[in-house]
Amino acid sequence: MASIEIANARKSYGAVHVLHGIDLAIADGEFIVLVGPSGCGKSTLLRMIAGLEDITSGDIRIGDDIVNDLQPRDRDIAMVFQSYALYPHMTVAQNMSYALTLRKTAKERIAESLAGVSEILGLNALLDRRPKALSGGQRQRVAMGRAIVRKPRAFLFDEPLSNLDARLREQMRTEIRKLHRRLNATSVYVTHDQIEAMTMADRIVAMHDGIIQQVGTPIEIYDHPANIFVASFIGSPAMNFLHGTCIKTDTTSAIRFADGHILPVAPRPGLYAGQEITLGARPEHVAIAAPETPGALPARVDLIEPMGLSTLIHVTLAGHELKIFTMDRPAFAIDSTIHIAFDIDKTHIFDRNSELRLPPVIKAPEETTKETSGANGT
Amino acid sequence: MVGSPVTLLADAGKRPVARRGVLSRKWSGILEPYLYVSPAIILIVAVMLMPLVLGLSYAFRDIRILNPFSGGFIGLAHFQTLMQDSAFFQALLNTAWWTFGSLLFQFSLGLILALLLNRHFVGRRLVQALVFLPWAVPTFLSGLNWAWLFNPVVGPLPHWFTALGIMDSPFNILSDPDLAMWGPIVANIWFGIPFFAITLLAALQSIPSDLYEAAAIDGATTRQQFFSITLPFLAPTIAITLMLRTIWIANFADLIVVMTNGGPADSTQIVASYIFTQAFRRLDFGYASAIAAVLLVLLLAYALSVIALRRAMSHSS
Amino acid sequence: MVLSGRSRLGTTVYWATHYLMIAAFVAFALFPLFWLLKVSVTPNDILYTEGVRMWPSRITWDNYAFVLTKSSFPHFFLNSVIVSGSTAFITTIIAAMTGYAFSRFAFRGKVVIIALMLITQMFPLVMLIAPIFRILAPLGLTDSLTGLIIVYTAFNVPFATFLMQSFFDGIPRDLEEAAMIDGNTRFEAFRKIILPLTLPGVAATLGFVFTAAWSELLFALMLVSSESASTFPVGLLSFVSKFSVDFGQMMAAGVLALVPACLFFLLIQRYLVQGLTAGAVKG
Repeated sequence: MASIEIANARKSYGAVHVLHGIDLAIADGEFIVLVGPSGCGKSTLLRMIAGLEDITSGDIRIGDDIVNDLQPRDRDIAMVFQSYALYPHMTVAQNMSYALTLRKTAKERIAESLAGVSEILGLNALLDRRPKALSGGQRQRVAMGRAIVRKPRAFLFDEPLSNLDARLREQMRTEIRKLHRRLNATSVYVTHDQIEAMTMADRIVAMHDGIIQQVGTPIEIYDHPANIFVASFIGSPAMNFLHGTCIKTDTTSAIRFADGHILPVAPRPGLYAGQEITLGARPEHVAIAAPETPGALPARVDLIEPMGLSTLIHVTLAGHELKIFTMDRPAFAIDSTIHIAFDIDKTHIFDRNSELRLPPVIKAPEETTKETSGANGT
Repeated sequence: MVGSPVTLLADAGKRPVARRGVLSRKWSGILEPYLYVSPAIILIVAVMLMPLVLGLSYAFRDIRILNPFSGGFIGLAHFQTLMQDSAFFQALLNTAWWTFGSLLFQFSLGLILALLLNRHFVGRRLVQALVFLPWAVPTFLSGLNWAWLFNPVVGPLPHWFTALGIMDSPFNILSDPDLAMWGPIVANIWFGIPFFAITLLAALQSIPSDLYEAAAIDGATTRQQFFSITLPFLAPTIAITLMLRTIWIANFADLIVVMTNGGPADSTQIVASYIFTQAFRRLDFGYASAIAAVLLVLLLAYALSVIALRRAMSHSS
Repeated sequence: MVLSGRSRLGTTVYWATHYLMIAAFVAFALFPLFWLLKVSVTPNDILYTEGVRMWPSRITWDNYAFVLTKSSFPHFFLNSVIVSGSTAFITTIIAAMTGYAFSRFAFRGKVVIIALMLITQMFPLVMLIAPIFRILAPLGLTDSLTGLIIVYTAFNVPFATFLMQSFFDGIPRDLEEAAMIDGNTRFEAFRKIILPLTLPGVAATLGFVFTAAWSELLFALMLVSSESASTFPVGLLSFVSKFSVDFGQMMAAGVLALVPACLFFLLIQRYLVQGLTAGAVKG
C-alpha cells in the first residue's frame, strides 16, 4: 500500500483546460471518493493517476515515486472500470490471474492468491466461465477480484457500480466498504452519485469545472459545505436555497426576501448590510410550525411525497420552491397554506457573488474542513 | 465475505516499480501512432504515390517503348493532340454511359436485395451466401463467361431474347455497335450487385429496431416507415458508396477489355480501356499517361463536387 | 376489420413476392456459374452443336484431366495461392495496425493520411503500370512473385484498413486500458487482447483481400513475362493464344480457379456484413 500525492496537476487538451491545478494528498490506506457532475474532471484525474492520460503539468506521486513518466503497467495500481473491461476471450480465472501471469509469478503463488480472492468474493463456482456467461453483479465481482489478486499499491475505481440495478448497487457498496476495511488498501473511487460518496468515503473530494471545491469527511462536507455548489450537490433531497438581501443592526442580522418577508440569521463575520446573500437550509432543517411561532413564514403546499418512513413536502415560499422533510404524517391538503420555520443555527448563508459559505462564529473550535480559499468575505 | 483475511495477499508476486521508458513516455506517446501507420504509409508512397508522380511526368514526355529515340520532354503536346482526338471524346461519353448505366442497376438491385435479406426467412443464410458469390468470381473469368452467354452459338441468352420477342432473331449484341455496351454493363451489374447489397445490408442492420416499433405505434405504414426511417438512415452510406463506386467503375476496364476490347468500332471504348489500348497495344506510354492525368483530374473534380454538394446540403438542412 | 383482412392476404402476397424475388436473384447470380460448369463438362465435338442446350447429351471429365495433368495450370494455381495467400496475410497485418491507429489514436496528420488513402482509391490503376514497372525492374522485382505481392499489398491496404478500423471501433477502449494497467505495453495489449477479439474482422479482411488478389489480371499480365511466375489468370489467357482457344479446357481451369475464391468468400461473407454493420462505411 502507498500514499498518493498530487501536486498542482493540470490537464488540458490544446486550449481546453480540463483540470486547473489539483492538489490532493491521499494517505496510505485511505478511501477517497472523487465526486462531481459529469464533465467535472474527476475521471480525468483518476486516469491521470492510472497513467492512462498524460499530465500536462504538475506531479503525481505514488509512495515515494513520481510516476508522471511511468507507463500504467509500471505504476503498480489496479483499476475497476465502469464497463468492468473483462477480457471476453478469457475465463474468470484467467481474467483474474492475467496481471500475475504477466509478472511471471510462480504458478503455485497465482493459484494460491486466486483461491483466496475467489473465496472472499464468492466466485469459486464461476472460475471456468467466460464473462459472457455471468450476470452483471458477478462481472462486477470478477472485476473487483482481478484488482484485488494483484495486491497493488492502490485501487482505482471508475464508477464501478453505475451499471448495476439499485438493489445490487446498495449491496456492492457495503461489500466494497467491508473489503476495504479488511485489505486497508489505498483507494480512489470516482462517482457522480453523492450517496455512494457519503456512504463509502473516508474523505470526499468534491469537484466542479476542473477544480477541487472541497475536501473533507462526509459529515464535514454535509454539515459545512464550502460553497453553494457543494451544498447543492451533496445531500438528497437537495438543500433548499432562498435568495435575499442582508439587513443588519448592531447586534442582529437578517435576510429579506423579495416579497418582504424577513428571517433572522445567526451573526457571522463578513456579513454586511445590502449584501446579496443566499440562505441554504436542508429539508430536515425546515419544520412545519404553528402560525404563531416566532419567525414562522406562510408557504403554499404544492406536492406531498410519502416515502413511508418519512414524507417530503414541496412548498412555495417567497417565489422559491422548497422541500421539507418530516417524520410526521401530514394532515393538510395540497394548495393549502401552512407555516414553516427554519432551524436558524443549522441554516447556511452564502455570499451570492463568490458563492462561498459565510461560516458562523464558532463556539467550539471544531471546524476542520479544508476549504479551497478563505471563506471569509471577499 | 468469509475466509482468512490477510494471508491470501501475502505478496503475490510484487515487482519493484520499473523505470523503463522514463524519458520517453511523452515521446513514445507522440511517436506510437506513427509506428503503427508507417508500414502502410511507406508502402502506399512507394507503390502508389511515387508511380503516380512518375506517371504524371510521362504525360509531358514522349515515351514510346519501341522507339529508342523517344523519352524527351515535349511539354503540352500530348494534351494538344488529346483535344483533337475524337476517339477520346467518344470514350469520355462511353465512360459516362458505362458508369451510370452500371451504377443505376447495381445500386437499385443491390438495395432491393439488401431489403429482401434484411427480413428473416427460411434459408436466408444460404441465400445470402449464394447471391454474394459473383463478387468472388475473378473479373476476367466473368467477362469471358458473359461473352460466352451472349454468343448465339454457345450461349442461351440471344435465344431467350428472341423467344421473348426482344430480338427478331438470335444475334450477338457484342458485335452490334449500338448495343455492344450492354454486354459489359450486364456483366458488371452481375458482378457489382453484391457490393451494394453487402454494404446496404450492413447499414440496414445497424438501424435500431425500436425506431420501427415506435413508427408502427405512431401509425406509419410500411411504405411510410421506409421513407421516414430506412432511407434517411441509409443516406450517408448510400452517398459514400455511390461516390466511391462511381469512381471505381469509371476506372474499371477489365470487363470491357476481356469482353469486347473496346469494339466493335470503338463503341465500347471507355477512357480507362483507351488508356490500356494506348499503353499496351500501341506502347505509347506518354500519350496514355496524358489521358490518365485528364481522367484523374475529372474524377477528383467529380469527387470534390459531390463532397461540396453534400456539405452544402447538410448545412442548409 | 379492414386491417386484419388486408394483412392476412397482404402477408401471403408479400411473402410470395418476397420468395419470388429472392429466387430471381439467386438464379441471376448462379446461372452464369452453372453455364461455366456446363461448358467445362461438354465434350469438344458437341461443344458447338449443342451450344445452347441446358445440359449436354453426354458429359466428359477429359477437360479437367487435361488441365490437371497435362497443362501448366497446377503450377499457375500454386503461384496464385502463394501470391494471394501472402498478399492477404501481409495486407491484413498492415491494415490491422493502421486501422488500430485510426481507431484509437488522435495524432497530427491523421486526416491527411486518411485523405491520402481515399485518393488512392480514385487512381486509374492502368496508369500506374508503366511507372511501377520502371521502379520494380532495377530491384529485380519484375517477373517475380514477390513483386506482385508487394504491388497487390499496397493496392489493398487502404480498403482493408478502413474495414479493420470499423471492427476496432466496435471494441471498447477499456479493454486495452485494463490490459495496460495489468502489465501489458500498448502493443502487447493490441496483440493479446484486442486482436483475438477481432478475429471475425481479421477473417473478413483476409478473405476480401485474398479474393481481390486472386482475380487480379492486368498487373499480373504486365509485370510477369515468364511462365514460371505466372498466376492462373495470366495462365488462363494463355489457353487462348497457345492452344488455339480450347474453351472446354479453359472453362475447366476457370471452374477449378473459382473453387478456392468461392470457398473463402462463403466462409467470410457473414463477417463482412457484421464488420460493416459495426462501423458502417467510414469515409
